[in-house]
Amino acid sequence: MDRRPRSFYVLAAFFTLFLLFLYGPTFTIAILSFQGPEGGLTFPMRGVSLHWFRDLFEQQAVGDIWGSFGRSFVLGLMVMVTTVVVSVMGGLAFRKRFAGSAVLFYLVVTSLVIPSILVSLGVGLIFSQSGLDVHWATSGFGSQLTWTLPFGLLIMFAVFNRFDKSYEEAARDQGASAWQTIRHVVLPIIAPSLIGVALFGFTLSYDEFARTLLTAGSHNTLPLEIYGMTTNVTTPVIFALGTLTTAFSLVVIGVFLATVWTMNRRRARQGSDAGQGMV
Amino acid sequence: MTALSKNRRLFGSLLASLLAQLATGRTKNRHLMGWLLASPMALVLMVFLVLPIVMIVIVSFWGATEFSIYPAFQWDNYQFLLTSPVTYKVFLNTFKYAVLTWAFTLTIGFTVAYFLAFHVRSLTWQIALFLLCTIPFWTSNIIRMISWIPFLGRNGIANSTLMSMGVIDEPLEWLLYSDFSVILAFVHLYTLFMVVPIFNTMMRIDRSLIEAAYDSGATGWQTLTNVIIPLCKPGIMIGSIFVVTLVMGDFITVRFMSGSQSANVGRLISNDIGLLQYPSAAATAVILLITVLMVIGLLLRFVDIRKEL
Repeated sequence: MDRRPRSFYVLAAFFTLFLLFLYGPTFTIAILSFQGPEGGLTFPMRGVSLHWFRDLFEQQAVGDIWGSFGRSFVLGLMVMVTTVVVSVMGGLAFRKRFAGSAVLFYLVVTSLVIPSILVSLGVGLIFSQSGLDVHWATSGFGSQLTWTLPFGLLIMFAVFNRFDKSYEEAARDQGASAWQTIRHVVLPIIAPSLIGVALFGFTLSYDEFARTLLTAGSHNTLPLEIYGMTTNVTTPVIFALGTLTTAFSLVVIGVFLATVWTMNRRRARQGSDAGQGMV
Repeated sequence: MTALSKNRRLFGSLLASLLAQLATGRTKNRHLMGWLLASPMALVLMVFLVLPIVMIVIVSFWGATEFSIYPAFQWDNYQFLLTSPVTYKVFLNTFKYAVLTWAFTLTIGFTVAYFLAFHVRSLTWQIALFLLCTIPFWTSNIIRMISWIPFLGRNGIANSTLMSMGVIDEPLEWLLYSDFSVILAFVHLYTLFMVVPIFNTMMRIDRSLIEAAYDSGATGWQTLTNVIIPLCKPGIMIGSIFVVTLVMGDFITVRFMSGSQSANVGRLISNDIGLLQYPSAAATAVILLITVLMVIGLLLRFVDIRKEL
C-alpha cells in the first residue's frame, strides 16, 4: 500500500474532531448523570452516585416517565411495522411506473420537507373540529407515519435501483407466479434493507417530538415528557433520563445492526456456489 | 351499517382481485396494480398530510376569540401578519438561521464525506465510520440539545477551560442562550443530513474519472473543484433541502437554545398555538409552507431525487 498523502492526516484530524463534536455532549451528560446528590447541572462532580437514576423510579420526582416510555415503545413498534409493510408495497408500486406515480412522489417529498409543526397543527385541528379526541395511538400514530414513510420509501427506491432484475426473470422462467417471485425471491434478497427501514421506523417514532406535540392527547410520549421536564426540572435527574433513553436507543440500534450483520454473514455462507463447484 | 358492509365487501373484492392477479402473475393493468400497492401510502398521506394542509388553509381564514375559534371567511389573519413588522423581522431571522446553518453543515458535511469516500480505503472501515456518523440521527434530538448545557453554561466546560487557559477573565455570556448556541445546536443536529447524501453520491463517482484527471495533470485541488464537486452536486442539493427545511420549520431548537430570547417562524406558530389562536397560527403556517416550498422548488431545479438514490 502506498504512502498516505498529508491531506489524509489533516482530514483524519478533522474527522476526529467532528466525532468529538457529535458525541462529546452526550458523553458529558452521561458522566454528569452520576452526580452526587448535591451536584448540579455542570461540573465539578460532587461525588459519584446513582441518586438521580433512583429518582427516576419515584413518581413525584419526575412524573409519569415509565408510562410515557411504555407508550413510546408501543407506538414505535406500531410505526415500525406499518412503515415496513407500507414502504415495501410503495416501493413495489413505484417500480410499475403507474399513472399518477409522479403526483404521489411529490406528496412523499412534501411529507418529508413540510415543517413538522404544520402536520401537528393540521391533524390536531381536524381531530378537534370533528369532535374526535387526539390520542397517541390514532392521531399521533398517523402524524408520525408522515415522517417515517418517506424515509422508508426512499430507502426502498435505493434498494430497487440496485436490484438485479434477472433474479426475478429467472424465477418467472421457472414458472413462479408473481406472488411466489415476491415471496421467495424479492423479499429474501431485500430483507437486510427491510431491517434498515424498521430501524428508521422505530427510532424516528421513538424520538419524534414536533409531530406528536399536538396529536398525542392527554397521555404523553417520552419525548414530550422530557420536553416538559426541560422547563421545570433543574437537577441532573434530566441527565439521568437522557442517559437512560440514549442507552436504550443505542441498544435498539445495536440489535438492528447486529441482525443485518448476521443476515449478511449467513447469506455469504449459504449463498450461491456458482463458479465454485466442480466443472 | 349497510354502507359499512358494502364498503367492506368492496374492499374485500379489491383485495381478492389483487391477490388473484398476484397469484396468476398476469397483471394486465400495471396502473391498477401500482395504485393498489401504493394505496396504503396514498391513504396515509391523504389523511395525515393533505387533509391537515387543507384544514390549515381553511382555518387560516377563521376568526378567534380568547377562548374559541369560529368559522368565517376573513383576511384579517393575513392582513395582521403581513402588515406587522414583527413578521418580517422573524422571517429574516429564520432565513439567517437557515443560511448560516446551511453554510456550516455543507462545509463540515462535505469534508467528512470526502474523507470517508476518498481517504478511507477499506470498505469495512468506511461502513464502520459512516455508521458512527449516523448513529446520533437515531437518538433523541431533545436529549442532544440538553447535552449542550453543561458545555456552554456560565460555569460550563467551555468557560472554565477558557478561563483556566487564561484566554478570558470572566465567563462568556453569549455561549448559551444566544444565536451562537442556536446555530451550534442546528449544526450539531443536522450535519448528518449533509454527510449521508454527499457520501452516497461520492461513492458512486467512477474512480477512473479521478485517475483521468490526475493523468491529465490536474492537481488535487483542481480535481476536487472540477471533477468531484460537480459530480457531488445532487448529493449536496438533497442535503441542502433537508437542512434548509428542517431549520426553517424548527421551533423547538430555537426556543430551547436561545432560552426563549430569539424567534423564528416556527416559534411564532407555536406561541399562537399556546394562546389558542389557531387561525393566526394557521395563517403563519400557510405563509411558512409557501416559503419553504418556494425554496425547495428552487433547489429541486438542480436535481432529480429519484435518480440519485
